[in-house]
Amino acid sequence: MTTGGNTKTGSMVAIDAKDMHYKELNKIIRESILSGVKNVFLENVNGQYYIGDGLKGDDITITVNGVPGNDLGVFMDGPSIIVNNNVQDNIGNTMNAGKITVNGDAGDVVGYGMRGGRIYIRGNAGYRIGIHMKGYNEQIPVIIIGGKVGSFFGEYMAGGVMVLLGLDNSEESVGEYFGVGMHGGAIYLKQKIDFSKYSKEVEFLEANDGDMSFLKKYLLEYAKDFNLSSEDLISGTFYKIVPSSARPYAHLYTSAAF
Amino acid sequence: MTKSSFTNVQSEYLAVIDHAKCIRCKRCIQNCGWGTYSFGGDKIIADHSKCVACGRCYTYCPEGAISILKNPTVMRENGNWQDYHIKNIWRQSETGGIAISGMGTPLKYKKYFDHILLDACQVTNPPIDPLREPMELKTFLGKKPSKIELDFNEKGQPVLKNKMPPQIELATPFIFAPMSYGSISLNAQKVMALAARALGIVMNIGEGGLHDDLVPFGKNIIVQVASGRFGVNRDYLNSGAAVEIKIGQGAKPGIGGHLPGEKIGADISRTRMIPAGTDAISPAPHHDIYSIEDLRQLIYAIKEAVNYEKPVSVKVAAVHNIAAIVSGVVRAGADIVYIDGFSGGTGAAPTIVRDNVGIPIEIAIAQVDQRLREEGIRNEASLIAAGSIRSSGDAVKAIALGADAVAIGTAALITMGCHVCGKCHTGNCSWGITTQRPELTRRLDPEEHGEKLYNLINAWSHEIKEVLGAMGVNSIESLRGSKERLRGIELTDSELKALGIKHAGM
Repeated sequence: MTTGGNTKTGSMVAIDAKDMHYKELNKIIRESILSGVKNVFLENVNGQYYIGDGLKGDDITITVNGVPGNDLGVFMDGPSIIVNNNVQDNIGNTMNAGKITVNGDAGDVVGYGMRGGRIYIRGNAGYRIGIHMKGYNEQIPVIIIGGKVGSFFGEYMAGGVMVLLGLDNSEESVGEYFGVGMHGGAIYLKQKIDFSKYSKEVEFLEANDGDMSFLKKYLLEYAKDFNLSSEDLISGTFYKIVPSSARPYAHLYTSAAF
Repeated sequence: MTKSSFTNVQSEYLAVIDHAKCIRCKRCIQNCGWGTYSFGGDKIIADHSKCVACGRCYTYCPEGAISILKNPTVMRENGNWQDYHIKNIWRQSETGGIAISGMGTPLKYKKYFDHILLDACQVTNPPIDPLREPMELKTFLGKKPSKIELDFNEKGQPVLKNKMPPQIELATPFIFAPMSYGSISLNAQKVMALAARALGIVMNIGEGGLHDDLVPFGKNIIVQVASGRFGVNRDYLNSGAAVEIKIGQGAKPGIGGHLPGEKIGADISRTRMIPAGTDAISPAPHHDIYSIEDLRQLIYAIKEAVNYEKPVSVKVAAVHNIAAIVSGVVRAGADIVYIDGFSGGTGAAPTIVRDNVGIPIEIAIAQVDQRLREEGIRNEASLIAAGSIRSSGDAVKAIALGADAVAIGTAALITMGCHVCGKCHTGNCSWGITTQRPELTRRLDPEEHGEKLYNLINAWSHEIKEVLGAMGVNSIESLRGSKERLRGIELTDSELKALGIKHAGM
């Protein structure tokens, strides 16, 4: 079936997003999924916002060819998005479940307030990655970044797991204000950093066997997604950063007289 | 300063028991959330330093044996150094902590509502009797079309051609102000949910997530998205009548929130979707909003998530440049802008911010309404005025100054027993409102107090009808932004100009 630039075959649809406003594009995606489509292929994407916004369903996959705009996968609850290119800012914003795979670099603010699901980025990411990520019960959000990141990595982090691989980088992979205000979750690094430069609210440890067995399944999936050697990826020492307290501001206040 | 003078003066109140009347039933011991009372073998004894004058004990003393008195031990009077300055200095010199308070500021700033008078009809343009004639309080919150386009059907009757953007329909121009589960008890939220449903209005659950028990009240609930994103997911966004992005709060503009870990029990943990026992920190900014353009991005992310079927509100604190800010917020796509004046309440805020930051709601709403009219975008969003609306008179004045509706928070809590003691942040509220202690929260009966809150809003709605009738208007909408129906007294030219009203006699 062909309607306009869309080709639907069984449970698949291919949508040509060329010159399309995000509102129209996202409406077509929503309606396709409502009509039973499980695999959405987007062609010629060029900066359209909100792809995957609020979509539900573990069996939905959206493949993006081109560079999607801000807020990719915002409020998403289950689907997988594969981007064969770079992405812009705010991907996985307040995401609840699902997976975003980026075969390129990401902009600022990845996984803000993310509560579940996985975000795998092959390349680098910008500022404020994983801010206020939170885990809850069985929901453990996981972000893996292949390259390096900008400042405010894991700021206010309240839960979940972030892994910074620092592949292809000889210089240090993190910026300033690393883990500032962190009060939950864990950050793993494949590269030792000069810890003295970073937040006083966190502790720096070597990852133990328990950590590595937890990380392994995610790292193997990451290696598979990006065609990397899984042995290289899981070899060597990982470093772990955890908050020194779940209550960083417990003694900050005094009840006023009035 | 000796230790004894320190503690004696720090007791703001004295809990005095008339032992001749006291029957030693110990109800005061049970009722006081602060631990003021204990049984000393043969009589009740009071630790005055713990009393905050919340009024619970004397309300429930069957013999009327308790009097709460202002501590007569004076600090030497000084017009400059008020006793709270001195006491805060003592406290902070002990702990080094940031002074923190609850409720709105208790300081005596000028209250502009008390310097504004309403108009009424005499002889010409006769008043309307609301008991006999229809009087419309129904209010729709949301974006309105810039002009009405009509078609005519085959009978020649007009039919609206515009596709109306989504609206919240209020039977009367009140909503309940955002208060989260965590800052207040679940029973206090249930009081507002029951009253909102019975009244045909809405409550706002604040940023603490939506408890399962409130899900059935969805049509009467505004859900909030704040910087902590607690409990926010796709289903949450779609569970209410509207979604509100909280940028700021009148009591603490520019300040985030912080629910301490000891208040995050199992039920709050589930509702906020965070682990029990960790601090729930709402950062001061949303980390994805550093500009009007970024705000627009979140507004439309939410509109996409709700399929453009619900209005999006943005809550901001009234600060110095509020008119320009709200203009930007409206242009960013907000359907409703909630403006919270500087005397608005809080569960907890640094005292320095609560008492010193922001501007009064009366001036903010007048300035915003004027600015949006001048820019031709007043129809693009509805305005809600908040920040200590104490009476129906305040509500009418706020609407005449430019609001579509008003929000009440503290007034709603007062119907639940609150005596405005301002100790919400301690979690000891004897009335079961701003506490999570089960022995205290269970005393707040949602049905009983839901009815009281219903009664209050009903009474205020009748009062508004009376004054509308006296002004000769038959719908609240006709009064909105009608500053000609207001006059100022005891106000300077600058104040009158800021409010956009004339002095009495002019």
